[in-house]
Amino acid sequence: MSDAYLHPPWKDLNRQHQAVTFGMWVFLASEVLLFGGLFAGYTIYRDLYSRGFLAAGHQTSIVFGTINTAILMTSSLTMAVAGRAARAALLRTARLMLMATFFLGVLFLILKGFEYREDIQKGLFPGHGFPLTAAGAQIFFSFYWVMTGIHALHVTGGLAAVLRLIIASARNREWLAGSTSEEATALYWHLVDVIWIILYPLLYLAGRVNG
Amino acid sequence: MTGLRLTLPEASINAHLVDIAFLVICGIGGAILLLLLGLLLTFIVRYRRGTSARRGPLPEIWSREIEIGWTTATIFVAIFIFWWFVGASQPPPHNLPGQLEIHVVAKQWMWKTQHPGGAREIDSLHIPVGTPIRLVMTSQDVIHSFYVPAFRLKQDVLPTISTALEFTPTETGSFHLFCAEFCGAQHSRMTGTIVVMSESAYARWLRRQPHGDSLVREGENLYAKFGCGACHAPDSQVHAPKLAGLAGHPVLLSTGAQANADDAYLRRAILEPRADIVAGFSPIMPSYGAVADTSDVEALIAYIKSLPVEGKPR
Amino acid sequence: MNGPIPVGRPDYLRDGSTLRSWLFTTDHKRIAILFAIAITFFFFVGGAAITIVRMELVTPAGDLVSDDTYNKLFTIHGIIMVWFFLIPSIPATLGNFLLPLMIGAEDLAFPRINLLSWYLYMAGASFTLAMLVLGGVDTGWTFYTPYSTMFSNGAVLVAAGGVLISGFSSILTGVNFIATTHTLRTPGMTWFRLPLFVWAMYATSLVMVLATPVLAMTLVLVMAERWLGLPFFDPSRGGDPLLFQHLFWFYSHPAVYIMILPAMGVVSEIITCFARRRLFGYSFMVYALVAIAVIGFFVWGHHMFVSGQSAYANLVFSFLSFMVAVPSAIKVFNWTATLYRGSITFEAPMLYAFGFLGLFTIGGLTGLFLATVPIDIHVTDTYFVVAHFHYIMVGGAVSAYLGGLHYWWPKITGKRYPEAWARFAAILMFFGFNLTFFPQFVMGYLGMPRRYHVYPPEFQVYHVLSSGGAAVLGAAYLLPLAYLLVSLFTNERAGPNPWHAKGLEWQTTSPPPRLNFDRQPIVPNVPYDYHPKGGPVEREETANGDAA
Repeated sequence: MSDAYLHPPWKDLNRQHQAVTFGMWVFLASEVLLFGGLFAGYTIYRDLYSRGFLAAGHQTSIVFGTINTAILMTSSLTMAVAGRAARAALLRTARLMLMATFFLGVLFLILKGFEYREDIQKGLFPGHGFPLTAAGAQIFFSFYWVMTGIHALHVTGGLAAVLRLIIASARNREWLAGSTSEEATALYWHLVDVIWIILYPLLYLAGRVNG
Repeated sequence: MTGLRLTLPEASINAHLVDIAFLVICGIGGAILLLLLGLLLTFIVRYRRGTSARRGPLPEIWSREIEIGWTTATIFVAIFIFWWFVGASQPPPHNLPGQLEIHVVAKQWMWKTQHPGGAREIDSLHIPVGTPIRLVMTSQDVIHSFYVPAFRLKQDVLPTISTALEFTPTETGSFHLFCAEFCGAQHSRMTGTIVVMSESAYARWLRRQPHGDSLVREGENLYAKFGCGACHAPDSQVHAPKLAGLAGHPVLLSTGAQANADDAYLRRAILEPRADIVAGFSPIMPSYGAVADTSDVEALIAYIKSLPVEGKPR
Repeated sequence: MNGPIPVGRPDYLRDGSTLRSWLFTTDHKRIAILFAIAITFFFFVGGAAITIVRMELVTPAGDLVSDDTYNKLFTIHGIIMVWFFLIPSIPATLGNFLLPLMIGAEDLAFPRINLLSWYLYMAGASFTLAMLVLGGVDTGWTFYTPYSTMFSNGAVLVAAGGVLISGFSSILTGVNFIATTHTLRTPGMTWFRLPLFVWAMYATSLVMVLATPVLAMTLVLVMAERWLGLPFFDPSRGGDPLLFQHLFWFYSHPAVYIMILPAMGVVSEIITCFARRRLFGYSFMVYALVAIAVIGFFVWGHHMFVSGQSAYANLVFSFLSFMVAVPSAIKVFNWTATLYRGSITFEAPMLYAFGFLGLFTIGGLTGLFLATVPIDIHVTDTYFVVAHFHYIMVGGAVSAYLGGLHYWWPKITGKRYPEAWARFAAILMFFGFNLTFFPQFVMGYLGMPRRYHVYPPEFQVYHVLSSGGAAVLGAAYLLPLAYLLVSLFTNERAGPNPWHAKGLEWQTTSPPPRLNFDRQPIVPNVPYDYHPKGGPVEREETANGDAA
């Protein structure tokens, strides 16, 4: 049975599994440095323009941000359950959980879209007519747009990977139990979640320190 | 084509130090290079295929000792050079008596310089020999770099942030001034001449210059032109911070934070007045970024810095 | 050789001949060939750009091309040579081809991702070609802000986009190499039996995976500022242009090690083979590689001594730059010591390796001047720096690439190259190179700034020498292109191991079969198991750390 999931150059499924997982960890290290550059820039400007960052951070939508945090963390839970279920050969549960993950991910993006609309209506895109005058406020929102935008791209990529698992498991019910893709996808999804957990305080909570 | 030139004049104290450091490292590097090339050639000749040289194995312990030996030696050489140049290069002198402060504004693609007395030059700078010089530099657009090979000195010139370059010329003559940071189409034409003259010649040269206003005077005129006094004058009806004695002193901001009123603070206050609001005032001042260019702002800052603290003479 | 070749088994070149079998291949060897074709094309595009620049510089006046064209030419040269030739050069071609062969694997760990790397590279390359068509870009390969974001009229977005995309190609290659080295080593191939080339690929991959994403993000910020007007670096809206430089050099200094570490790997293979001698101090060579890769991450500030960063930062970065010189020096000593008691022959790859040793040493030693703050203040952004990094990247990396190409040419194609022509080209290249770049050290110290379209006439002598050298160098680069291509159509079969070399890659046929080995190889002892003729047979060393 296991041969069906074996890709060249592998001769042993366990070894292939190890390699895929290990390769994904290495890739995640790269992703961490991708966002690391942004975090470094954010930190430097926050130190330079603490007042502007405080004022600007107050303008982000805490409601959308908090709901989205809850959604994304729940999706990580469903993703983790999907993996456990696949390994325990509870294939139906695993598929349902994957679909839940996919649904939550899409919901996150939709809410993010509504939030963006609200931000633009409030004029919070840096440029002419930007409502905040404090120095650094525009820089804060530059980081806001790029950080959340690139994160949303990552969510989209993660959704594509989850969708691939759902489709493959629809074609072949056993697939989830044997394939090495599930764990790699889960790792990636969790990273996207972890990045959000860092973005959430930086963008939504930091501006509300003093209420 | 002019003849081969192999030397560069040493026209500042710093130039001499750099040349010595250069020669010392040339010596060390040259010795290493010769040693390596010597070994390489010896081995190539002695151990080329077909010679009768001995070719037995090396004892493992021996190779380990060699490794440790040359690792330590290299670390020692590296640390020696570092330690030596840190010791040899003195920190640039600050606020020496008689220091001449000259303002430099760089823009695509020219150098504008202004002497303390107000004389202005474009793409050239006359300075007296033996006098400590301090250049205060800003750029009006992109990053440029003020480079005088004869002084072995270079300093990037940044937009809105001012950088300084301090030196004492030791030799009279005309020297190249280059822009060393790529700044656009005519980067290679953003050059000029540094003319180092004897003190008397400099004084004569200065007298011949059309008497432009000094930077402070110019700032005073701009202060009037922009109507700054309407709000900032001591007897103004508008509630605005007083400028006399402000420069160089701490300012309490409306956030409770404290800022030091240095050049950067004054520049920001003119260009982005709402960035930092002084405690007890309202954010009513408009930005002057659209009407005042970089050299105007420099002049205004110079004027504000010249204002006497109340009760004290200038 | 592991027994007879199975009857009728094609080698990888004959295993399918349709265009489709090439463009959708997952064979690391074919992907290496695809990369080799692409980077060779870009090498000559970048070379053509700089040829015009060198012609322009023969006279001090700007009389051949306009200043704007001149600026675009050196920018195109830089962007193409750095990101579309040097960075993929050894890893994506020789590394791709050899890494699985050297560790006894059938392919890389993720063959389809390997193919994706090539397509990403080609996508980035298409952007770069589009940039050329759209009129080029004039920011210099460094994209310094605020010039690139607010002042340049060139196709900055397209150029930065191309570099960004090709960056993901190198990240994926790095991930692939690291996973392969960890998981696909054949029985007996312990960590401390890996050939130095594999170690070099491993160290390079670490740098690719950890540094490239920072460049990617920096370029995203530049593009966001230029395209959407987001003020990340715009000083008039509170941004800090120096932040860009920090982020850029955090990648671009380690990027130098992406270029030179693989070259060090290649040279280690060549010198041991043609000196018939074990590598002197194998484990020290490994530690030195890893040390260079790690310390290389902490020296970026030495590019910014005159930028206005603090004097203390200058001292720290200066000290670390001196420290990174130590492992590089140790490697040079070890290569030299490897020759001791060897039995040296002088085939073309060995000539390239000698050229590498000399030029890399000069490049490294001139690095000491640049690590010394007061001297760097004088010579940074002059031709001194230009000469320094060309000694490392061209004298070092390109020499090693060509040496490696000749060394493994019989393995890759199954054909011999014409030895006399190859030796001639190697020697010509060495002299052409020195004639081109040594005068640049002198004029740099005399104060000739880089990126100058017109220049004061006293520098003309040096520019004329340099341009003359460039003509020789150009001819020397065209030679291998010609005779290597011709060699493909000759009948000079190379045989599996023409050099009597010891690596695993020589234990299979030339060219290798689709799955590399007809029987899985087993590694019984340390690498570079050469025994010089006339000397006693060396006994098996166990002290070299087989435990790992």
